[in-house]
Amino acid sequence: MAETLRRGPIDSMLRFFPAFTLILMIGPVCAGLIGTMLPAFGYLPALGGDGISIDPWRDLLLQPGLAISVRLSLVNGLVATLISLSLVMLFCAAWQGTKVFVVMQRLLSPILSVPHAAAAFGLAFLIAPSGWIVRAVALFAGWDRPPDIVTLHDPMGIALIAGLVAKEIPFLLLMTLAALPQADADRTRQVALTFGYGRVVGWLKAVFPRIYPQIRLPVLAVLAYSTSVVDVAMILGPTTPAPLAVRILGWLSDPDLSHRFLASAGAMLQLILVLVAMAIWRAGETLAGFWGRIWAEGGMRAQGDGAIRSFSAGAAVLTATVVFLGLASLLVWSFAGYWSFPEFLPRSFSLHLWMREYDMLGAILGTTLVIAVLSVMVAIALVLGCLENETRRFQIPGQGVMFLIYLPLLMPQISFMFGLQVFFTGIGLERTLISVVIVHLIFVLPYVFLSLADPFRALDPRYGQTALCLGASPARVFWGVRLPLLTRAVLTAFAVGLAVSVGQYLPTLLIGAGRFATVTTEAVALASGGDRRMIGIYGLLQMILPFAGFALALLIPAVVFRHRRGMADHNRI
Amino acid sequence: MSRNLSPDNTTASGLELRRVSIRLNGRVLVDIDIEIKPGEIVTLMGPSGSGKSSLLAHICGTLPSGNAAGFEVGGQVVLNGTSLDGLAPQDRHVGILFQDDLLFPHLSVGGNLAFALPSTIRGRDERQKRIDEALESAGLDGFADRDPATLSGGQRARVALMRVLLSEPNALLLDEPFSKLDTELRDQIRTFVFDQARLRGLPTLMVTHDPDDGAAAGGRIVNPV
Repeated sequence: MAETLRRGPIDSMLRFFPAFTLILMIGPVCAGLIGTMLPAFGYLPALGGDGISIDPWRDLLLQPGLAISVRLSLVNGLVATLISLSLVMLFCAAWQGTKVFVVMQRLLSPILSVPHAAAAFGLAFLIAPSGWIVRAVALFAGWDRPPDIVTLHDPMGIALIAGLVAKEIPFLLLMTLAALPQADADRTRQVALTFGYGRVVGWLKAVFPRIYPQIRLPVLAVLAYSTSVVDVAMILGPTTPAPLAVRILGWLSDPDLSHRFLASAGAMLQLILVLVAMAIWRAGETLAGFWGRIWAEGGMRAQGDGAIRSFSAGAAVLTATVVFLGLASLLVWSFAGYWSFPEFLPRSFSLHLWMREYDMLGAILGTTLVIAVLSVMVAIALVLGCLENETRRFQIPGQGVMFLIYLPLLMPQISFMFGLQVFFTGIGLERTLISVVIVHLIFVLPYVFLSLADPFRALDPRYGQTALCLGASPARVFWGVRLPLLTRAVLTAFAVGLAVSVGQYLPTLLIGAGRFATVTTEAVALASGGDRRMIGIYGLLQMILPFAGFALALLIPAVVFRHRRGMADHNRI
Repeated sequence: MSRNLSPDNTTASGLELRRVSIRLNGRVLVDIDIEIKPGEIVTLMGPSGSGKSSLLAHICGTLPSGNAAGFEVGGQVVLNGTSLDGLAPQDRHVGILFQDDLLFPHLSVGGNLAFALPSTIRGRDERQKRIDEALESAGLDGFADRDPATLSGGQRARVALMRVLLSEPNALLLDEPFSKLDTELRDQIRTFVFDQARLRGLPTLMVTHDPDDGAAAGGRIVNPV
């Protein structure tokens, strides 16, 4: 019967939004993977490779230290993911439904908006041999020079793991929060308590098995990211040799163009690595499920779990403290005048560098903002179109579609970026704003969708029905009722998208081919130089736009709806 | 206002449900054949989950249709001699009240009423006049600029009714509209709603599980199946 209803032109267009949106996300990923796979087997006519060969792979295997790079990527990725997930689950088990939980949630969520590179720089400043932590110790121990220890770029990649964990904990916590209501966590937890289970064990046995399937995709995204990260690895990770993804970027940037073949083979190896990491993870899931069932059915109550509860709260507090202190450290360095070891603060502060960089900063912020705003606006329009379409047609997409939405986050960026660069060159869009916006869109879209879908779907459908029965057209219901009710959700999604776009390092660098200097590409470029004051400035700059975005997302609805108390219910993030 | 107060008898023949049936995954939820005269209030009584609300949604044109939703509908809904089947909800002129008032929280009381007022009523002054009249008849003079969230439950219920009436419906559907009001208020609002419906000659179909509602309506009480 739906087909017989009168439909306007926009309404008919709406039905194409989901497919179009998916194509925008999945298309570039596929084009990029193909564009990387061909050169990996020697085919890239532009560079004289017009046959199929396995030479690139032979070159790759001959690279010194390749095995170490591979091991670093794989182990770091798995360990960082396991630690992040364990800490988040323990914390939820110990504190969900308490005041502490709410406080920590507030404390950790701002970290989500901090770009990975900025958080990594902050951590680096804290734990460096001449960083704040050592200075604090030195003041008491009476050291007058930094100790001769390796804390950054350590060969095991411990600093890198710490940096990843600090950023992934808030992400996984937020994803878990979204899953809690669907898993009926509160009541399940209470039932377990009445059976005499300790809080932590009760949660792990009764709630966790229902939460995990819902956060599996985000967890796998964390795994893929940690296994293939470039910017954080350049700032904190081992250097001789570096994890695989960093080395691939090195080969891609080599002036000798023939290294592109080697890099492509490396990028394919990176993809295989991520798939292997996922396979290992899935095997681990199966084992954990098997032992977990036996454990759960064993009936052990474990009521004395005070130590675990303190530990998990401590870990959460430590995460937030480390990130915020790191950011404070960026701030202090950016204004630092003369600052010798072991003084805790610089002897003088100076605006000198900020003044010198002033003109550059404006231009870079401008470029960052243009790319971010364009990609986020397109993403919001597409996502709203998709959600409005499913509301009008009563079709909620299934699990398969969720997988496709996550796909760009499950693929290592470096594995399809070079191929995508080749593809854009092929269609004459190399180094253009359009191609940079498109590539940002690939990563902005999933986050905007994840951020907007729940509030949109949670809106009471009777508002729409009432408005329609009052004689309003579907378009008027959307613009006049649904959209205003979702003001805060849309602005929050905007801020999330902004933070994602601002934080993109590899896509901006490779697709923009150096033409688009954003706060993140400039900041990461400073990593090898070690000019702390400059890093401080650019690290801070990375945070300005995301913070401004989230501040506006809080402020605008509060001002616009200051006389509408009922909007408070619709304005929770 | 004349159109609403004294329905044109040549076209206002009421709301007819001609052998209307609703099935969900093969199970019959509703199977009904009834004619509701202008100004008549018919009560549909049955346990919850029996598909009464689905019937109202079907009359409004907002029942999820298509394979995904699983609803199969049969029969014909006729309002004042015109079949509603295939008409979009906004073209049906069927007003509905739910158990929640569903006032739009982002609009003022007056804004809520203006949302419902047809765009064929032109001119700022004329529109404002209609809104003021409606508020007055609900005993809410001067409430136009108020935030709906600051109103009492009874006041909100009355604004919700005035909002529906301003949209100039040809039929009124009530989906357990009084179940969230406390007992004292319930009688008062019930009388107000029924009086307005009769005054305007609206064929009214009320869904409820509260026998008092049916008794107060004083009309026929029917079973959905």
